[in-house]
Amino acid sequence: MLRPLHSVAPGTRTVLGISFFVLFVAFWAWITLGGHVNRIFLADPLSMLKDGWRLLTEDRFWLDILITIWRVFGGFVLASIVAVPIGIAMGAWKPVEAFLEPFVSFARYLPASAFIPLLILWAGIGELEKLLVIFVGSVFQIILIVAVKVGSTRRDLVEAAYTLGATDNGIVKRVIMPANAPEIAETLRLVLGWAWTYVIVAELIGSSSGIGYMIINSQSRLATGQIIFGIMVIGLIGLLSDFAFKALNRWLYPWSLA
Amino acid sequence: MSKLLIEGVSRTFAGVRGGEPVRALQPVDLSVAANDFITILGPSGCGKSTLLRIVAGLEAPSTGSVLLDGKAVTRPGRDRGMVFQSYTLFPWLTVAENIGFGLREQGRPERERNEIVASYVDLVGLKGFENHWPKQLSGGMQQRTAIARALANDPEILLLDEPFGALDNQTRGLMQELLLGIWERRKKTVLFVTHDIEEAIFMASRVIVMSARPGRIKSDVPVDLPHPRHYTLKTSPEFSTLKAQLTEDIRIEAMRTAQAQSA
Repeated sequence: MLRPLHSVAPGTRTVLGISFFVLFVAFWAWITLGGHVNRIFLADPLSMLKDGWRLLTEDRFWLDILITIWRVFGGFVLASIVAVPIGIAMGAWKPVEAFLEPFVSFARYLPASAFIPLLILWAGIGELEKLLVIFVGSVFQIILIVAVKVGSTRRDLVEAAYTLGATDNGIVKRVIMPANAPEIAETLRLVLGWAWTYVIVAELIGSSSGIGYMIINSQSRLATGQIIFGIMVIGLIGLLSDFAFKALNRWLYPWSLA
Repeated sequence: MSKLLIEGVSRTFAGVRGGEPVRALQPVDLSVAANDFITILGPSGCGKSTLLRIVAGLEAPSTGSVLLDGKAVTRPGRDRGMVFQSYTLFPWLTVAENIGFGLREQGRPERERNEIVASYVDLVGLKGFENHWPKQLSGGMQQRTAIARALANDPEILLLDEPFGALDNQTRGLMQELLLGIWERRKKTVLFVTHDIEEAIFMASRVIVMSARPGRIKSDVPVDLPHPRHYTLKTSPEFSTLKAQLTEDIRIEAMRTAQAQSA
């Protein structure tokens, strides 16, 4: 029966995982098609699919999907390029950490969404503003997590490298960086998930394209089927990019799983 | 001239939260001749690992100095190879890449590196495992790789900090023979820290017995058993006499440690 921490067979795991989706959709269908809630406020699964199909075939919604994906990845890649080196520097050299850590910790709590009005003033309502929202939302998080991971590099590995004649420079390049690469990649995977939240917020305000724009547009027309379809699409893309990221990490760092 | 000279080396750790400073090591003097195999034997917490780490340059002595070939030790370097008790292979490198790490840091050309690595893979009996990740190896194989990694750098002295401490008894015995066999053939100055009396005698040409904390050298026992040594030596009468003597020495120190802890 149910024993604590006891593993579950792979087949059973898949069946259990899928069955919750089935239950969820069944419950949704029951309250909507069964007339337990007002159709105006919640569309049923079938009309959601119909609305979605119409969005894709008639309203060129796939263009919105593409532009949202581009914004997420653009902002995320920018943030990673800036944040990963800073995080490594903070983790490796304590004076750098002492210099930057208090500010980054503070900046991390500044809500990215609250920056949107400012960013619109600075960068307009174009693509740059969208990228900046994601950048601001991700960059400080990545810096801090990477700094913590790098700071907790196994000291015995560093010592072993020193006794093998490694220089300080060699320690950073050939011990600290490879030792933490899988964890840094894992951090990026996590933050990419958060970036999806920021992009929708950015698209809800002052935007004329993207999944978030479609959602806010549908609200004024009470098209709840479209809203739910938009949300589902985000969830699906998030799931797919997560799988892709995981597969990439497994392929890049076979030693961490061997 | 001695290969390694330890002069008045002591170590005191600062007190925790304003407490009394803790003295881990009383001033130690030790002279090690070239190609000697010295084991440092002592109860746990006697500062023997601290002494070894000071020789490695991983810790600074509070007083005194360490001279290797007449040069003062100030920081770790490739002239002092080290094998740790914990498994310290780089997990992102294969067995071969681990063994070649020091050579790569020196900037030796790849072909030369590969040749040296292959010879050390052979020496520690890891042929066929060159491309394995450390995670795929048993504890004994990991430590064999660590020994090869330290030796491939051709250090002046090899420092080992209870390298077989985490291994099971059978593996430990085989590893002792392997390391001793390498030393008998290749000759190297070795400093080997252990708390295992049998291991200390079997490996050594000289056993340094350390006292309970704060550690100091209590006795210096030459081991004149003939080489090459075979594991059957451990049951010979000469071995037993030495073992009885050292057991008595260590027992007194272990009891002191126990009393100090209960006081």
